[in-house]
Amino acid sequence: TFHKYLDPSGFGKSLPEQGLLLLVVLVLLEGSVLPLGAASSPDVSHQDDSHNHKVADHGVNATKKVFPVLDVDYHHIQTPFEISLWVLLASLMKLGFHLIPRLSSIVPESCLLIVVGLLVGGLIKLAGEQVPPVLDSRLFFLCLLPPIILDAGYFLPIRPFMENVGTILMFAVVGTVWNAFFVGGLLYAVCQIQPANPSSLHSIELLHCLLFGSIISAVDPVAVLAVFEEIHINELLHILVFGESLLNDAVTVVLYHLFVEYAGVGTVTVMDGFLGVISFLVVALGGVLVGAIYGILAAFTSRFTSHTRVIEPLFVFVYSYMAYLSAEMFHLSGIMALIACGAVMRPYVEANISHKSHTTIKYFLKMWSSVSETLIFIFLGVATVDGPHSWNWTFVTVTVILCLVARVIGVVGLTYIINKFRIVKLTTKDQFIVAYGGLRGAIAFSLGFLLDQNQFAHRKMFLTAIITVIFFTVFVQGMTIKPLVELLAVKKKQEAKRSINEEIHTQFLDHLLTGIEDICGHYGHHHWKDKLNRFNKKYVKKCLIAGERSKEPQLIAFYHKMEMKQAIELVESGGGVKLPSAVPSTVSMQNIQPKKPPPAKAAERALPQLPKGREEEIRKILRSNLQRTRQRLRSYNRHTLVADPYEDGFSDLLIKKQKMIELEKKMNNYLTVPAAPPDSPTMCRARLASDPQAYSMKPVSDSVPVIQVDLASPQSPDSVNVMDEFRRANQEEDQGLMMKPPQGSSGSNKPGEADTTRDQQRLMRCLSDPGPSADEDEDEPFLP
Amino acid sequence: MGVSLSLIHIVGICFFSVSVEQIKNLHKRFEQLSGNEETISRENLENIPALANNPIRRQIIGAFFDKRNQHQNEVGSFEEIGFEQFLMVMSHFRPPTLKTTEEERETMRKEKLRFLFNMHDTDNDGTITLEEYRKAVEELLSKSGAIGQEAAKAIADAAMLEVASTNVPHMAPDDFYEGITFEHFEQILKGLKKESRLGDQPLEGVVLVKECLCCCCF
Repeated sequence: TFHKYLDPSGFGKSLPEQGLLLLVVLVLLEGSVLPLGAASSPDVSHQDDSHNHKVADHGVNATKKVFPVLDVDYHHIQTPFEISLWVLLASLMKLGFHLIPRLSSIVPESCLLIVVGLLVGGLIKLAGEQVPPVLDSRLFFLCLLPPIILDAGYFLPIRPFMENVGTILMFAVVGTVWNAFFVGGLLYAVCQIQPANPSSLHSIELLHCLLFGSIISAVDPVAVLAVFEEIHINELLHILVFGESLLNDAVTVVLYHLFVEYAGVGTVTVMDGFLGVISFLVVALGGVLVGAIYGILAAFTSRFTSHTRVIEPLFVFVYSYMAYLSAEMFHLSGIMALIACGAVMRPYVEANISHKSHTTIKYFLKMWSSVSETLIFIFLGVATVDGPHSWNWTFVTVTVILCLVARVIGVVGLTYIINKFRIVKLTTKDQFIVAYGGLRGAIAFSLGFLLDQNQFAHRKMFLTAIITVIFFTVFVQGMTIKPLVELLAVKKKQEAKRSINEEIHTQFLDHLLTGIEDICGHYGHHHWKDKLNRFNKKYVKKCLIAGERSKEPQLIAFYHKMEMKQAIELVESGGGVKLPSAVPSTVSMQNIQPKKPPPAKAAERALPQLPKGREEEIRKILRSNLQRTRQRLRSYNRHTLVADPYEDGFSDLLIKKQKMIELEKKMNNYLTVPAAPPDSPTMCRARLASDPQAYSMKPVSDSVPVIQVDLASPQSPDSVNVMDEFRRANQEEDQGLMMKPPQGSSGSNKPGEADTTRDQQRLMRCLSDPGPSADEDEDEPFLP
Repeated sequence: MGVSLSLIHIVGICFFSVSVEQIKNLHKRFEQLSGNEETISRENLENIPALANNPIRRQIIGAFFDKRNQHQNEVGSFEEIGFEQFLMVMSHFRPPTLKTTEEERETMRKEKLRFLFNMHDTDNDGTITLEEYRKAVEELLSKSGAIGQEAAKAIADAAMLEVASTNVPHMAPDDFYEGITFEHFEQILKGLKKESRLGDQPLEGVVLVKECLCCCCF
């Protein structure tokens, strides 16, 4: 699914910038991972060096060694080379899966990747080599996890998230705690039975079981993302499960640390429990606070980047990563910090940065998160082969069963309570999907890996059980969820884009409901939301957004974004040949503008008029030819001529039709279309901001006509009002006009029967004229 | 006011599905706004300080005095309204309770859309013309200064074009799209209905009593 974000044409001019970024990042990555990698190489190389020196010293007296022309020094580059190999393997796997169409639709990618990891691990073991400790917890938590979470947090749909935050919190907090205690407690009970036949299980303590329960009970965001992305369920369910997987990190962190601390001591008192609750609040709110602070810093920094656009994406990434690391430093929830940072900085940063930076951020985040996810699943496979394992049938099977049961009971029970407060209730189908979508993943494994072997005698067994649960959820639940969704006819994601009407009316309704609340005298939801918005507009935006955009109302920002998107779609669809909009229609501005009665001009009525069909043909030909030439001719005339063609009467068109026919045959030679598309501020900004040379526009003068290209419906017959272009050719003004009408035709107003037949002949010749070739300058980008 | 209030209770509960509690609260508020008079005028509403920041203030106040919102098939506007009319307008925004059925919810939604439509259709010809739509968007952006006014025209044009394209996809160049009818209006706002399934905003209405604030987030 990520390949749809890759669009080669968009990269055209920004490749060197991106190459630079990539280089910097790779250096950073290698620099940070190097000490985590196979630690033996530096020592070996040092020894080699010192050995060589010694040999060299002695060698001065001894015979001269042959100068090595070609030398292989693998240890020198071993660690970065291995890392690159893994990344390359992951990417090639991703490529490969999409080449086998059938496979990727049945089996989710995550399963395939785990299998690949198993194979690779198996191969390494067969070769007799030591399997590298790839799922080392530090590597996982510091390098592999942050990109995925940042990607999720930056693109988190805020509105649905906030509207359901109560439900999400209930599932995340209460649900996870319930799962942990249920699984841990019952496991302990099960381990204690069979007193007649004491097994190793009897030695497990309650606290160890509870710790294990807390590790295994957290829903994993990586696995959820990987699986849910492919099934396209409706937004509500997606945000519920995904939001839960993100917010339960705080709970997991607290429970984990609590039980690890007290497992050594052996007992937990009520006081400790109380402290645990306080700790949870600190961890959660602290994480969010840290993230928000870094987010505001990033937004503030982006305000000043208008002169150094190249490093804008870097600020976003570095600030977010530092937010994560700072939170981890204080044992706060790093995931929540990262989410808060991304969500807080996004509206302000996007208002400040250039369009190219925005694209860069999007692409890089998607790329990194994609690679990370792939690596995580492969490493899970490799780590499974590596072990260490200690299989115990009772423990493992009971764990799996208990996890499922706990999840189902938890979801059903919580939904019962939650539905009392929701107006839009969660149906049984919804509950089933939420329960079934509770996948476990690599976070659980890494947490288990972190346990100290000396303190926890059953660590190996725990790890085996964790891996089994992960495999079960990812393989069984991951593979079957798609057919189940189809079977149960769960509502799928609506692909409809938000229209301008919806945006207008959403705002209208917000204001209306706020107004009604004010009249009621009731300080409700809308009142506070409105207050927050006004605070945001008045103070925060002024501080964090550069220049004029801080005052831009949301509706206008939305409109410009929509214009921009349509312009880009227009380009990508081949310059207006295909209609990019979802609903093909022939409606244009002309159909909506109130018609003014054409002023009666008796003299002109005597003109013979072309039959309507002919007129249409002519228009069609001109339009298609013009659109082909437009791309070629755009670059050398930036003057805009200003007038509104629609406000002039249509009768003028009839007058000039004569001239149009005559001009048409000469069009191919010297027609220039002086037009830049209407410059909405977004596009203006995009052009001026990214290119240091600002194009100076000709000052607008009243008497100079302009063509308004209506981007909203490019296929409309009047989207290029050709008539007016030719009409202008007859005017005496020459400001910036590149059209050179044939001298003979200007002012020639004399119709006649003979002329008509001549015109028609000329028209026939024109119709057979192939026109300028369409493939010249096709690679010239439409937008600079 | 004692006797007439109990009549209104009955009317309210039967026709507006507003609870007794809600009616009492609204009555208190009505007395506050009117200064213990029997009717309120436009000035009374305009004096509410919180409304000053609302860009569509005039239209909201106008809606209270609009006869079309009284469900009695009259047109025109009142000079002053009594508590019954006040309650009638407020009832458009009662939130659905746990007992509301799907049909009732549909009717309520249609009522709200009709209310919105009346706000836009100022000349009451049954359609929202381009001029009226432009005026509505201008009002919406009225607090945003000069930038707002320039863009308002373009936005309204684009929006109108979108409505026309969605509802009447094939128009010959000479056809003229008169204006947005109520059916077209419902059609384009279908998308908002889906939003209201997701959370409880914006079409589910205002909480009229001091219900739990967290109700709106669940």
